[in-house]
Amino acid sequence: MEFFRIHRDIPFMRHALVFNVISLLTFLIAVFFLVTRGLHLSNEFTGGTLIEARYAQAAEISKVRATVEALQFGDVQVQTFGDTHNVLIRLPVRGDGKQSEVVNRVFGDLCKVEAGTVRVKQVKTDKGELIDKPVCEAAGAEPVSLQRSEFVGPQVGRELAEDGAKALAFVVIGIMIYLAFRFEWKFSVAAIVANLHDVVIILGFFAFFQWEFSLSVLAAVLAVLGYSVNESVVIFDRIREAFRRYRKMNTHEVIDHAITSTMSRTIITHGCTQMMVLSMLLFGGPTLHYFAVALTIGILFGIYSSVFVAAAIAMWLGVKREDLVKSGGPAKDVDPDDPNAGAVV
Amino acid sequence: MNRYPWWKYTILGIALLVGLTFTLPNFFGEAPAVQVSSGKSTLKLDSSFVPRVEQVLKDAGLKPDFVQFEGNSIKARFADGDSQLKAKDALTKALNPNAEDPSYIVALNLLSRSPHWLTAVHALPMYLGLDLRGGVHFLMQVDMKAALTKKAEALTGDIRTLLRDKNLRHAGISRDNNNVEIRFRDRETLGAAVALLTEQLPDLQWADTPEGTEFKLTGTLKPVAARAVQDAALKQNITTLHNRINELGVTEPVIQQQGADRVVVQLPGVQDTAKAKDIIGRTATLELRMVDDSAEAQAAAQGTGPVPFGTERYQERGSRGIIVKRQVVLTGESLTDAQPGFDSQTHEPSVNLTLDAKGSRIFKDLTRENVGKRMAIILFEKGKGEVVTAPVIRSEIAGGRVQISGAMTTTEATDTALLLRAGSLAAPMEFIEESTIGPTLGADNIAKGFDSVIYGFTAIAIFMCAYYLLFGVFSTLSLAFNLLLLVAVLSMLQATLTLPGIAAIALTLGMAIDANVLINERVREELRAGASPQVAINSGYERAFATILDSNVTTLIAGVALLAFGSGPVKGFAVVHCLGILTSMFSAVVFSRGLVNLWYGRQKKLKGVLIGQVWKPKAATDLPANT
Repeated sequence: MEFFRIHRDIPFMRHALVFNVISLLTFLIAVFFLVTRGLHLSNEFTGGTLIEARYAQAAEISKVRATVEALQFGDVQVQTFGDTHNVLIRLPVRGDGKQSEVVNRVFGDLCKVEAGTVRVKQVKTDKGELIDKPVCEAAGAEPVSLQRSEFVGPQVGRELAEDGAKALAFVVIGIMIYLAFRFEWKFSVAAIVANLHDVVIILGFFAFFQWEFSLSVLAAVLAVLGYSVNESVVIFDRIREAFRRYRKMNTHEVIDHAITSTMSRTIITHGCTQMMVLSMLLFGGPTLHYFAVALTIGILFGIYSSVFVAAAIAMWLGVKREDLVKSGGPAKDVDPDDPNAGAVV
Repeated sequence: MNRYPWWKYTILGIALLVGLTFTLPNFFGEAPAVQVSSGKSTLKLDSSFVPRVEQVLKDAGLKPDFVQFEGNSIKARFADGDSQLKAKDALTKALNPNAEDPSYIVALNLLSRSPHWLTAVHALPMYLGLDLRGGVHFLMQVDMKAALTKKAEALTGDIRTLLRDKNLRHAGISRDNNNVEIRFRDRETLGAAVALLTEQLPDLQWADTPEGTEFKLTGTLKPVAARAVQDAALKQNITTLHNRINELGVTEPVIQQQGADRVVVQLPGVQDTAKAKDIIGRTATLELRMVDDSAEAQAAAQGTGPVPFGTERYQERGSRGIIVKRQVVLTGESLTDAQPGFDSQTHEPSVNLTLDAKGSRIFKDLTRENVGKRMAIILFEKGKGEVVTAPVIRSEIAGGRVQISGAMTTTEATDTALLLRAGSLAAPMEFIEESTIGPTLGADNIAKGFDSVIYGFTAIAIFMCAYYLLFGVFSTLSLAFNLLLLVAVLSMLQATLTLPGIAAIALTLGMAIDANVLINERVREELRAGASPQVAINSGYERAFATILDSNVTTLIAGVALLAFGSGPVKGFAVVHCLGILTSMFSAVVFSRGLVNLWYGRQKKLKGVLIGQVWKPKAATDLPANT
C-alpha cells in the first residue's frame, strides 16, 4: 500500500507567494477577530461562580436563564453542558455575598421554579461517606440536582494569564535558540514566524466562534506550537541533506525536493495524530472537547504552515547551500550505500 | 549490521519487566477500608495498637483482609462497603468511649487492592488528581501583611526592652504599618541606640531623620528578613494545615505552597466542603500555667481528693493527671518559634522555645519567683486542653529562650516542637478558591478519557499494520511499549494523573507514531533507491534518528515551558507530556530497532523486508543523480 505515488518533485515554491499571501490573510483575519471579539475566557481566567445543575428531564434553557437573571447578578451565562440534562450557569465575581450563599440562592430559585423545596440532606456517596447536600424535592422526585459549584477569585485569574504569557515567551525563545544552533538563524526565524501564525489562527478561531478558552486549551495551544515546529524541523532536515547530496540543484529545487520527499511522512503522521485527537473529540467527553478542537485546528494549520510557509519564508530570507553545508572542501560526496566508502588505495 | 549486542536486549527486557510490574497496580482498583488515626496531637499511634483494633473487629464479627500500621495510622481493608461501615461503627464505639472527647479518629477510606508483593516493591497505583477522583479543592491566601505586622509588633516590644535595659532614654516608640519609629531628643542617644540595635537585631535596617526638635529613627525589616518572615509564616501555616487535615482522615491530601503566599489544599474523596473548611479554619491555642504541687493537689492528681480551689485538672501525655492553676501566665501568642535541639549540658533532646519581648519579661519574672516549682505547657484543641510537658523550673530564665528537656526522645522533641509551632497560625488565612467535584463527574471523566485513548490507539494500530505490514506491527508494538513505560514511570514517580494528563497520554501516542513513520518511510525510500534490505534498514534508522532527535527536542522545549510556568491541570498535562516524549524516543528508536534486528538481523542474504509496497517511480531517472 502506498498512497503517495509521486513521480516528480512537486514545484511548491513556484506558488510560494500565493501560499504566503493566503497565510498572511488568515493571520490578519484572526487578529481582527481577536481584537474585536476577544477570547471567551473561562472561569479560571476571569473569576466568578460556576454552578452545574442536572435536570431529571431535559432542561429548558430559557426558563433557567430567566430564573437566574431575575436574581440580578449581572451578566450571567446559561448553557447546556454535555447533554441536554446538564446546565452550566456562570455568574460574574461579586464583591458582596459569599459564594455559598450565592449558590444556595440560585439553587433555591431553580428548585422553586420546578415546584420543589430545598432540603439539606445527608447523602451517602458511592464511597460510603455521609455529606450534607442541598437536595431539591418535588413530589418524591428530584427534578434538579447540584452537581458542582466552583468559585474562582480574579486574583488567581491574573496570575494564570501572566504565567501563560511567560510560558509562550519561553517556548518561542527556546525553540529559536535551538533551531539557530542546529540549523541556521534564517531557519529559526522562518520556523517561528510560520508557527506563531498557527497559534494566532487557533486563537482567532476561538475568538470568532466564542468557544471557551480554558487552561486545557492553553496547554493544547502550546503543545501545538511545539508539534508544528517539529514539522518544520523535519523539512529543514531534508533541505540540509538535499543541499549536501544534490549539488547541482538550486535552493528552489532543493526545497521542492525536500517537501516532496517528506510529503508522505507528513500526511501519515498528521493523519495518525488526528485519529487520536478525533477519538478524543468524539469520545472524550465535554471536558476534553475544546482541547481536542484546538489540537485539530492546530494540526491542520500546522501542516499548511510548516509545509508551505516555513520553507518559503526561509527561501525569501535568502537561505543558501553555504549556510548549512559548512565544509569548504571539494565536493567529494561519500555515499553511505557504497560498500567501498572511505577506501584508500 | 543489524545486530544488537546481547546487553541491549537485556536492557530492553528489564525495561519491559519493570514497565509491567509498575503498571499492574493501576488495574487492581480500590477496596473500602477504615483508617484509625490519633485524634489528639499529644496521642501517638504505633504498631502496638494493631492487636487492639484486630480484637475489636473480631468481637464485631468482621473479617478484614488485613490490619496493618502504616505511616501514622492503622488501616483495615474490607471486601465490601457494608462491612466497612459496620467496622467504622464498631471501632468508633470501642475506641472512643467518650464521644465528646474522641481520642481516635475513625474514618472511611479507600485502599488499593494490589497484592502484597507489588506493594512490597513500592509498586503503587498512580495518584489520581482531583478531577478524576472527585473531592474538594481549596486555595488559601496567607495574609502576609498581618504576618509582617505581627513581627513588627514583636520587634517593637523587643526594642523597648533593649533600650530600657541599656538606659537609653527615648521620646517614644511606635509602630507605623510595618516600620518601627523611635524618637530621640539628642544625637548621641540616637547614635548609641543605633549601634546597640544593629548589634542586637540584625534583621532591621535603620534610617534617621530629623523631625522638628527631635530625631526620628525608623527601622524597617530588611527585604531578606521580610521574606524569611513570610516564608516561615507560610511554612508554619502549612504544618498547621497538615495536622488539622490529618484529623479528617483523608488519604493523600495535597497541601502545597503555591507562589509566595498561597497554599493549595486538595482533599480527594472528601465530599463535605463545610466540614473540611471548619476543620481547616480552626485555631488551636497554647497556654503556660503554674502547676500546683501542694499536698491536696497531689491527692487530687491521684484522683483521691477534690480539685483545690483556683486550679484545674488536666491530663498529661502518658495519662497522668496534673493540677494546674487557673491563671494563665503566657499564651501561644508570645511564642515566636519552637525548635528541637539538645540540652547544652546534659545533651538530652530538648525543645527550644523563643518568646517575644513581652513574653520573655513575663517569663523572667515567673522563673525568678518560682525556682523549684513546676510549670505546665498546655495545648488546647476544640476547647479541650492537654498538658504537653510539665518541667521543673531550675533557675531564672531571661532572654526569652526557654529550653524544655528531660524524659524526651529526639522524636518526641521534634514532635513537641511541631505541636507547639502548629498550635498557632503565624498569619490568618482566607479561602480564595474552592470547588467540589461530584464523584460521578470523576468516574465519567476517567472512563471517557481512557476510552478515547484506547480507540485512538486501535485506529492507529490498524492503519500502521495495514500500511507498513510487518514494520507496522513492530511500530505498533513499540507504541504499546511506550504506553507501558509511560504509565509505569508515572506510577513510580507517584505523579498526579489529571484529565489533561490523560489527554497528554493520548497526544503523546499520536506524536510518538511520528518517529516510527519517519523510520519506515526512510527505509522505504532507501529500498526505492535500490539499496539492499539490510543496508536499507540500517541507513533508514540512522538517517531518521537525527530528525527524530531534533523534532522531539523542540516538542520537549514546549513541554518544559508548560511545566515551569503551569500550575494545577496544566502542570499535570506538562508532566505527562515531557515524560511521554522521553519514553517515546526510547521506545521508537531502541525498542523497534531491537525487534527488527531480532527478526531480520541474522538473515545474511535478506531478499526483502515486509514493509508494504515499495513503489518505484517508472522512470528511475526522475530523481537527480548524485554528483
